[in-house]
Amino acid sequence: MNDPNWIDHALTAARPEAVAALLRYFRDLDIAEEAFQDACLRALKTWPANGPPRNPAAWLIMVGRNAAIDGVRRRAKQVALPDEAAISDLDDTEAHVAEALDSADYRDDVLRLLFICCHPDIPATQQIALALRIVSGLSVKQIARAFLVGEAAMEQRITRAKAKIAQSGVAYGAPGPVERAERLSAVAAMIYLVFNEGYSATGETIAARAPLCDEAIRLARLLLRMFPSEPEIMGLTALLLIQHSRSAARFDADGAIILLEDQDRTRWDRKAIGEGLALIDKAMRHRSPGPYQIQSAIAALHARAPGSAETDWAQIERLYASLEHFQDSPVITLNRAVALAKVDGPAAGLALIAPLEPRLSSYFHFHGVRGAFLMQLGRRAESRAAFDRAIALAGTAAEAAHIRQNIDRMMQEAAK
Amino acid sequence: MLYAIFCYNDEKVTSAWSREEDAACMAALGAVQEGLKARKTLGPVARLMPTTAAVTLRKGKGEPLVIDGPFAETKEQLLGFYVVDCADLEAALQIARDLGVANPTGAYEIRPMMLFDPGTGIAALNR
Repeated sequence: MNDPNWIDHALTAARPEAVAALLRYFRDLDIAEEAFQDACLRALKTWPANGPPRNPAAWLIMVGRNAAIDGVRRRAKQVALPDEAAISDLDDTEAHVAEALDSADYRDDVLRLLFICCHPDIPATQQIALALRIVSGLSVKQIARAFLVGEAAMEQRITRAKAKIAQSGVAYGAPGPVERAERLSAVAAMIYLVFNEGYSATGETIAARAPLCDEAIRLARLLLRMFPSEPEIMGLTALLLIQHSRSAARFDADGAIILLEDQDRTRWDRKAIGEGLALIDKAMRHRSPGPYQIQSAIAALHARAPGSAETDWAQIERLYASLEHFQDSPVITLNRAVALAKVDGPAAGLALIAPLEPRLSSYFHFHGVRGAFLMQLGRRAESRAAFDRAIALAGTAAEAAHIRQNIDRMMQEAAK
Repeated sequence: MLYAIFCYNDEKVTSAWSREEDAACMAALGAVQEGLKARKTLGPVARLMPTTAAVTLRKGKGEPLVIDGPFAETKEQLLGFYVVDCADLEAALQIARDLGVANPTGAYEIRPMMLFDPGTGIAALNR
């Protein structure tokens, strides 16, 4: 195809592998990034005339490594640079490097690169910023825009996070199976955070933050290509794809959230849903359920239903119950109660959430859901009190507006 | 003569395309296809999902083995393809197993399709 941006795309595609391998050689993030930048500059000079190399990542690693070694030597004793043509002429060595790359260490390189962004001492927002900068290659300006902070402040955060990583030391040996599984799980959680950062945007921030969802999906696919038999990574990718499939239907013209049951389902992206469903099918074959697979299965049941009324709430309730076995969270029980109420009525839902009150007493959704159950049961005064509590706890104007709608509906019912 | 044209590209690169770039590429390809349809020379057109959505049924001795991911054994070449309509992966795998009984060596890659256009018929075939 005629792709005018083919060099940009090839460089973006090769970035995770190339930076990850350069990090293994130099064991320093700044040197690895700089080496990659140098290699990209040379690619921009030589690729337009020569066409893309057979293996762009291998080319960039080789050229980046040479450039960084030259830089170190130059700083050491000001020796002359080797001939540019000699560096660019990689035809013989490229295949060899590519072969060395096409192995498990390269997979562990990329996993390591992603994993160092998940360092437990680094706050979640900085982990995300670091991953977007180092792995995805977004500019500091783009990241700052997504996090609604100034460029200088974001630069400082990233620098601080990198310093923390450098201090803490990173294991460069090949990880064992347990360590690899732990890294994979930390990286999956970080990718989910990147996605949520984009997905939770509302109003004016949508345009700036929504691209984070696309980045997260790209990272999840990268991980899945490297670990094609990990059912949880299939589940994660499916979950992100299905949630993102609703993006065109999630907001009204003012940028306020439209709830799932009120969304125009014809605007859901059926291609993304199809890919998500295919991944869930694959994951199920492994008979090894996990939280991402369960959440993606719940998302899939919503995606398959033509409307809220036709949704298989009984199955959703069972899935939330199995999710509770993996994650002890009152929020999961709250979600289960919503599904249970659709099947067995609001009284059952109310009974299930009653014990959650001490843990969720300052949680907006708890009071919103409780108010809705009470409203359906005709207990108007109690419902009104729960809705008022929810409004007091609402994080956004859209959340409060949604509760007010419920109150209005209840008042109209009462007046009849 | 009928020809099959298979599209190959690096998925890492195509997944770096933005939604707009992807849509622009599909629109440009669509325009070429319209011309071919007008000339009654276009049969079915398909776009496949990423290889991460694929499984491979490896045939041979004993029960065939189902492996995650695409078929990437470079010693063997793509010799043909089927389009089947199934409720889920298990049903598609069963068809592949049945085909494998008739043709017991090699492998079948089962890859979901993202887009399928059966075409408007090839004039030469209707004569």
